[in-house]
This record gives sequence, C-alpha cells and structure tokens, in this order.
Amino acid sequence: MLDTNKKPTILFSDEQEQLLEVASNFCRDRFPMSETRKRIAADEDLSRPLWDEMASLGWLGIAVPEEFGGSGLTLGEVVTVVEPMGEHLAGTPLISTTLAAQALLKAGTRAQKETWLPKICEGAIATLALSEPDGDWALERIAASATASGDTLTLKGTKTFVTDAASADLVIASVLFEGKPALVLITRDALAAGKLTREIVIDETRRSYRLDLDGITLPKSALLDADKTPAALNHIDQAACLLLSAEACGGANGVINVTIDYLKTRKQFDRYIGSYQALKHPTVDALLAMEAARSHLYYAATVFGDGIEGEVAVRMAKAQSGSALAFASDRSIQFHGGFGFTYDCDAQLYRRRGIWCEAQFGDATHHRAKLAEILF
Amino acid sequence: MSDNTPSPAELDAFRQEVADWFTANKPTDPGFLLPQSFMEVGTDEQFYFLRDWQKKVYEAGYLGMAWPKEYGGGGKPQVLQDIVTREMVKQKTPFMTNTIGLNWAGPLILNMGTEEQKKAFIPGILSADDIWCQGFSEPDHGSDLGNAQLKATRDGKEFVLNGSKIWTSLGRHAKHMILLARTNQNTNNKYEGLSFFLIPMQIQGIEVVPIKKLTGEFGFNQTFFTDARIDESCLIGKEGGGWQVAMATLAFERGAVGGQAGGHAMNSKHVSEVVALARTAKRNGKPAIEDVAIRDELVQLIIDERSQALNSSRARIKPLTQERPSSIPMSGKLIGSEYGRRLNQFALSLQGANAAYYVGDPLAYDGGLWQRSYFNAFSGTIGGGTSEVQHNIIGERVLGLPKS
Repeated sequence: MLDTNKKPTILFSDEQEQLLEVASNFCRDRFPMSETRKRIAADEDLSRPLWDEMASLGWLGIAVPEEFGGSGLTLGEVVTVVEPMGEHLAGTPLISTTLAAQALLKAGTRAQKETWLPKICEGAIATLALSEPDGDWALERIAASATASGDTLTLKGTKTFVTDAASADLVIASVLFEGKPALVLITRDALAAGKLTREIVIDETRRSYRLDLDGITLPKSALLDADKTPAALNHIDQAACLLLSAEACGGANGVINVTIDYLKTRKQFDRYIGSYQALKHPTVDALLAMEAARSHLYYAATVFGDGIEGEVAVRMAKAQSGSALAFASDRSIQFHGGFGFTYDCDAQLYRRRGIWCEAQFGDATHHRAKLAEILF
Repeated sequence: MSDNTPSPAELDAFRQEVADWFTANKPTDPGFLLPQSFMEVGTDEQFYFLRDWQKKVYEAGYLGMAWPKEYGGGGKPQVLQDIVTREMVKQKTPFMTNTIGLNWAGPLILNMGTEEQKKAFIPGILSADDIWCQGFSEPDHGSDLGNAQLKATRDGKEFVLNGSKIWTSLGRHAKHMILLARTNQNTNNKYEGLSFFLIPMQIQGIEVVPIKKLTGEFGFNQTFFTDARIDESCLIGKEGGGWQVAMATLAFERGAVGGQAGGHAMNSKHVSEVVALARTAKRNGKPAIEDVAIRDELVQLIIDERSQALNSSRARIKPLTQERPSSIPMSGKLIGSEYGRRLNQFALSLQGANAAYYVGDPLAYDGGLWQRSYFNAFSGTIGGGTSEVQHNIIGERVLGLPKS
C-alpha cells in the first residue's frame, strides 16, 4: 500500500531547466506547423539533418551512462525534451530510440551495450517491436517466438507498431524463447526485403511498420540477458508511459493554444466566440486538466524507477495526460465549427496524436485498473 | 519574520514537539456534532467550544507564529507555522474558528492598515477574543461583487450605512466586520464608487438574522444596516479605493498569496476516508471496493486529490509555470471545491440504499456526516465566487479570452 500521508514533492534539476529551454526554442524554430504538415506528406520517414542536429545536441544519450557515450542523466531529463516536441507535434524517432536504449541498458549484455549504446548516442536509430496483432497492452503476453537450433535462432510471428523501423539500424523484439519472454536484437542486415510493411496509422506524423518475423535467423548472441528480461519489460513499460505522458502533456498545451487563438479571433453573431461561456468554460477545463497532467508528469519524472511510488506516479501521469490531450483536442475540433471538420484545421492533428498516445502503452482506464490493483 | 532559517534537525525536533503537543492537547469529543468549517458554526455551544480551542492553540504559541511580535505574533519563520498547520490537519483537530480574521482581515490589516489598526485588531484576532466576519456579498449581488450597493453616505467625519449583506458567517458572534460599501453612487465605473471599512458590529442600526441552510442547520446570517453610523477612521485604503482592497483580500482568501496566521479553516474530507467507506459498503454481498466501476472512480479521485498537492509543488518551480504563472494560483479554489463536492457525492452513492438516510437516523452512516458534508460542499463551489464565475476569471485572466 502506498503511503498517502507523504506529501509528494516535484524536484526539477538545473539540467532539466536548461534542456527544457533549449528544447523549447529548438522546437519553436524547427517544428512550426508548416513543417509538421510537410513531414506528414513527405516520402522519407525522417529529416536526417534534423535528426543529426538532435544527436549533436546530445539528446539521444541523455539517459545513457557516460561510459557508453551518453550524458549519464535520467529519463527525467529526456522528459523535458519530449514535452516541447509533443507541443509541436514533432515526428522523430526520439522516443523509439530512447526506449530501445533503455532496453539495452536494462537487459543487454556487456558486449551488446558496448556495441550499440555509443552508436545510438551518435545518431543510430533504434526501436522496439513489442506489440502484436491482437492489440493487447500486456507486454508479457507474447505469441511471437524464437527457437534455437545449435547456435542459430529462428523467429516466428508478427510484431506491430514498430515505429521508425525502416530507418532503424536496430530493432529489439520481444519473443517467447523456451517458454519465457525474451528480447532479441535484430540488426538492419538481418531484415530481408518485405519483412517490414508500412502501417497506416492515425497519427500521420508517425512512421510505423508491421514486422514479419517468420524465418528471420539470428545468432544466439542476439538474445539479451534472459534473467533481466522480465524486469526490463517492466522498465520499458514505465519508461514508455513516462515519455508518452510528456508528449501528451506537450500536445495538450499545443492544442489549447490553437483553440485559444481561434476563440480570440473568430467572430459569430458580432462577438468573439471566446466570449461565449459555452466555449470558454470547457477551454478552462482543458487547461486545468493539462496543468494537473503536467504536475503528475513532473512528479513521475521525479520518482521514476522508485519502486511502487515510481510506478504509481507514472501510471497516474499516463492516465491524466492521455485524458487531458483527448479532451483538449476533441473540444478543439468542436470549437472550430465547420473549419474543425476539415483536414486543414490543426485540431485534427492533435486529436490524432491523442488517440496514438492513448493507444500506445495503455489508456486512462487501463492504467486506473492497474493502479487499483496496487492501491486497494 | 526572522532571518534565522531553522536547520533540518531543528525542524525535525519542532515537528516532534508539535505532534506531541497536539496529541496531548487536542480536544476530546464534545458530545455534540461539530461543524466542519467556520461557515457552519450554528449554535453557541459550537462557537464557544471552537473559540476556546483557538485560544488554547494561540496561547501555546502555535498560531500567528510568523506575524510580528509587537502585535501579538510570534516573529518566527513561516516554515514553523506551516508545520503546525499541517499537523493540525493530520491530527484532524477542530479548525481555527476566527478564519476571516486569521486569513483575510489579519493579513490585510498587517499589509495596509495603520499602526493604530494593527495594534487595535491583530492581538484579538489571534486570541479569538475578537471574532471577525465579512460583509461582501449582498442579496442581489453575489458573484458580482463589484456591483455591491450597500450605501455608506458621508456625514462629516462619519459614514451612515444602509442596506444589507448576506452569508455573514459568525455574524452573531463577531465583534468586527470587513465591509465593502458604496460611498459614491455617481461614478462612471462601478468599481470606483466602492470603499472598504473595518467596522464594529455592536452598534445601533446593525441587526444579524440567522439563515437556515440547505442542511437544515444554521451558520450563515443576513446582516441588515439601518442608519448605522461609523467613524471615518474605519476606512482602510482610500475612500473610493475599496475595490483594490477587496481584491487584495480575495487574494488572501483564495490562498493566492501568503501572510495568513496559520491553522486550517475547515476539516475537509479526504479520499482515504472514502476508500475506507468503500471497504465497508456492500455491493452484491461483496465489499464495494471490489466493484470495477467503483474502483475506477476511486482511483480517479485519488489522482485528482494528488493533482492538487502536485500543482502546489509545481507552482514553486518557475521554469515549469512560466507560460501561465497565474494558472495554478488562480485555479486552486475551483479545483478544490469541485473536487470536494464530487468526493462527497461519491461517498453517498457508495452507501447503497442507506444513502437516503439523513442526520439523526441511527442507521445513517457516520451519523449522516457525508450527507451533510455533501450539501455543505456547495459552500465551496458557490462561496467566494461560484465555480462558473471562476471559469470566467480563469478564461479571461489566464487564457486571455474575451470577456463574457
């Protein structure tokens, strides 16, 4: 049972403050809405120059220890970069790559860490392949498998929502091996043509792929440390929830600003529509939901990894941020009236992002059910 | 306030001292139902019990700790008072009944009052010898405070008061009132005709009439003014400058600025008590807490209760509030009061058929406490500007939306 008498306190480091400022300015410059729209329509999955710039700012190695080429900070610092990116609907492999690095850190062998982490810090793209076609959020329920024959693993099954996979140098997939969950490293050269199929996903700023594992063979050394895998899956789940919460909080703030701009400039019946309480009051509710989510987010960042306290905080953040973005973006479409029904209105971009954020790693109801198991 | 910041060890020792004192000295059950807030003090026995308790806390040195020594305060760092207040909440001691004096009038007088006013009023506020009430709302002007119409007509060195104020908590026991009145009927802007007074209550021409609340209890009053004469020295701030003083007072009331004497103003219900209720209440023969829908709502309430504590924590971190610095301070009252109403309402629904019992029935859960506190929760969502007005204020001042 959680100690509810303890007064929760958010801590915010100097590094977080600096990163938040740098990332906010970066996103304002590099990801105006016109760029986001271009990104959606672009053929290539990412803008390499932008990605290289992010790598050179050190953002891919924020939570990677210094011995592997990173900054040795925590995911709490990554949050301060992801939040402004969420506000500007930036579609980059930052979350995919950060989570893959976390998987390596938690369950990778020494050799795997030494090989891959420095590359990731320098700009190699990595991603996780965890979801399967049944759409179950329980990461430990895995149908895909690996079987060993001598020193060779043969994979079977299908993975879904493998984000940024076509650009990735490395995919880390969850499979069942000898009846237990396992993680395997699949390098780009092990992926034959046709193994990746572009998925049509609701958030068009994302690039997501279906991965057909059937017949892929890997050396047995591609397995991550089996003993550490269950804990690593748990860690990945929480890390993903934290970063998606940051993205959703940023998104909620972004779409609230879109709504406010419209409410201040659009006139109907000779009055600015923002003067009508029917629009003003729900917009305030959206603000309050976002503020609450943001408080939960930075508390989750403060206590991340701290046992039950950390898990409770991150699940609360995921539940609140998902709901906040869902509400703010849903109302934004409605409050834009006829324009809100068009593809040109930016509100839909945020609504799509909101559905994505909730669908990835669990929506509010899912996390409240998990919290009930912990709390009651 | 002292410059000597206590060391962590000193703070720990003080925490222990305070915890011990309240454990040893907090009052036992008086044998009658105590009010949950200063707005519900309806009988003399409730009032005297609560007044004596505040006096005891003050005399032990645990109230007004950060207020200046020369006016009866402790002259100590605020952090010590905060420790005491938290301990009182934690131990669920009765609240400090002179709330209006301690939290609104007192800070206002210390900030804007004359030396005479500070000397005259502050010690009695702390000791609860001088109870304060508030004359803001009027029967026809509740949330629209700026439209207050009670007349204060200048007559030489006096003002003559005519009109009526409503929701005067503690009005029957108060020695003084903070009063917002109209000194000029002919201003272009309605706000410019207002002045702010610190007035005596026991004078000719003031009559306090109790109002029966939706709970069936008393606590609020309507105050009638008929040619009541006060001296011009009762003014605080400038004649015609009452609106600014009222806004400063409301900032204290909303907790948006510090300076309060300390102590808690009400015994709020917490979600942990509703969780306990859900373990006792039954659904289909099983504890209600095993019901999926109930679990979902309970978790949401826990999240929402924690949001408020986390908002306060984040409000102290500048880089995390810089886009809209007033957002958290201005929304605390709206969020807290709406949460309280929702929490109490949910506590009723948990009781199954027994939700229909009321105070007085032996089968009423906790003596009908939740039924009563649900109704009383509306004092939070209506008083001090309704939730709807709060939405307008936040929409306009925080988000910059056009006025409604």
